Amino acid sequence: MEQAIFYIILAALFALFMAWGIGANDVANAMAPSVGSKAITIKQAIIIAAIFEFAGAVLAGGGVTSTIRRGIVDASLLSGQPELLIYGMLSALLAAGVWLLIASRFGWPVSTTHTIIGAVVGFAAIGIGVSAVHWPQVGRIAMSWVISPVIAGVMAWLLFMSVQRLILHRDNPLKYARRYVPGYMFLAGFFMTWVTVDKGLAHVGLDFSTLQANLLALLVGGLVTAVGTFFMLRIPYQEPQKREFHFVTVERIFGILMVITACCMAFAHGSNDVANAVGPAAAVISVAMSGDVTQDAIVPIWILIIGGIGIVIGLATYGHRVIATVGQNITALTPSRGFAAGLAAAATIVMASGTGLPISTTHTVVGAILGVGLAGGIAAINLRVVGSIFMSWVITVPAGAALAVVFFLLMRALL
Amino acid sequence: MNTSGYISRIFGTSPVRPLQKHMDKAAKCAHKLPKLIKASYQGDWNRAAAAREKIVLLEHAADDLKRDLRLSLPKSLLMPVSRTDVLDMLSRQDRIANRAKDISGLIMGRRIVFPAPIQTAYLEFLERNLDAVTQARKSVHELDTLYESGFRGAEADLVVEMIDELSRLEDQSDELQIKLRASLFAIERDLHAVDVMFLYKVIDRTGDLGDMAQRVGSRLHMMIAR
Repeated sequence: MEQAIFYIILAALFALFMAWGIGANDVANAMAPSVGSKAITIKQAIIIAAIFEFAGAVLAGGGVTSTIRRGIVDASLLSGQPELLIYGMLSALLAAGVWLLIASRFGWPVSTTHTIIGAVVGFAAIGIGVSAVHWPQVGRIAMSWVISPVIAGVMAWLLFMSVQRLILHRDNPLKYARRYVPGYMFLAGFFMTWVTVDKGLAHVGLDFSTLQANLLALLVGGLVTAVGTFFMLRIPYQEPQKREFHFVTVERIFGILMVITACCMAFAHGSNDVANAVGPAAAVISVAMSGDVTQDAIVPIWILIIGGIGIVIGLATYGHRVIATVGQNITALTPSRGFAAGLAAAATIVMASGTGLPISTTHTVVGAILGVGLAGGIAAINLRVVGSIFMSWVITVPAGAALAVVFFLLMRALL
Repeated sequence: MNTSGYISRIFGTSPVRPLQKHMDKAAKCAHKLPKLIKASYQGDWNRAAAAREKIVLLEHAADDLKRDLRLSLPKSLLMPVSRTDVLDMLSRQDRIANRAKDISGLIMGRRIVFPAPIQTAYLEFLERNLDAVTQARKSVHELDTLYESGFRGAEADLVVEMIDELSRLEDQSDELQIKLRASLFAIERDLHAVDVMFLYKVIDRTGDLGDMAQRVGSRLHMMIAR
């Protein structure tokens, strides 16, 4: 029993450490479209991130957590020696934490998701045996890494094309911005709530019927629209004089939409990425508590809360500086662009979270920005950098795997 | 730790501001010419030399901006306008500064002074060409809003109108050029032959200013029409 408590404390500490790392570094990438557009101040971005990352982690983080906890490793092979699973998951957490630290030190564009999946697959395949890995599930995850940026890109492209059609290309963009932006507000509030309620909440023990989910989403969407419209109407409307299009005012209206998008993005990021830290820890804790590798309980909510707290601490100690720098470096995204990229990425990520697929937030955001770029919304995108970000997982997955194997062998020898 | 966040690195430098700055320099360079011409009319070659120096400095400054922008536009950029359009527009803008420098060089090098009967006509002709340059500069300054609106809609219509106005200015300067040449032709027998050759050359180069300005406008037009 003492052994079990030791493992649980270790797992919680490692999870907290990794969640700290995510809050310190990764959140900045998720918030990039929002802070880059200058629609919200850095301080507001941090407050939004803290609240919605936490909410996303706790409310919608269950699906991905359970995928990492028991979707990848075939635990039934380990029923005789549950400590192997504990060592493995601990070493995966440690490997991911160390690799992310190295990568951030050198500024390499690595994804926490790619690292942790590589680490879990690595210890299972090499430490235990190739057959211990649920390869079809790993295949699905790898596929989702290719598909998620594409989906986000297509969605961002469509969103921005619709913004151009409905608002920017008109004779009086300001008038049409006031007409259509509340629609986008509703879309954002409705969709995020609907996916979360329909898919995410089941993992924390709340189950809604489809009708209830629809009603709740309608309610939240309506509420978001009402509050957003209230702030929008406080921006004075000017009848355009000859040769004036008031694009500055149009962007201020999109700025309100951007605040909503920032909330969605932080929520989505929390729902997907907190699982990277919490999933392995949850596996350790459930095995340590029950001594059984195959038990099938839902993810204990307090582990998700630990993950949420870790992210917020990471934000408070270090992440706020990263967000500030990212905000200063991105000037190319005006709110009308940032909103399209941010909302497309957030929708893609929250859908993946609902399905339990761990995807890379960074890649999804980059895909969405590329989509806006292809629609002609961004002055210049450096495709070589985009390529290097997309190719980074080719190194990240094996690196995470190799480190995890080393830690696994060490732990098995020492503990 | 790395604090810049790699997402910010995917954004290249927008060519809009550099293009506008370059056009500002080129236009400013050309707009120094009347000062030089007026000094030459008064035979004040010290003041003319000072104006010439400013023109040369501004031309160099424009060259530097041109080089910087070219270096910041690698082939791997994804832009709403093609890289060729931007680079071509840049070199057209640059030619305005180059022409202004040429004209100032000719005048200083040979101490060219327009004969009294056509002095005002030449100044008027020069000013009309400079009007075209100013109009081109204004059009280039619409690039921000063009990017914002995605090169379509009402803003694009506005820029097309501005470019039409630019063409009208160029037409007017062409008419002035024909008249000016005719006036010079009428009195050329009384002047030194080599001087007359160079007067025609200065008139030609001055007309080029308006031409170049119009070409900047037509490149902008192509960006919109794509």
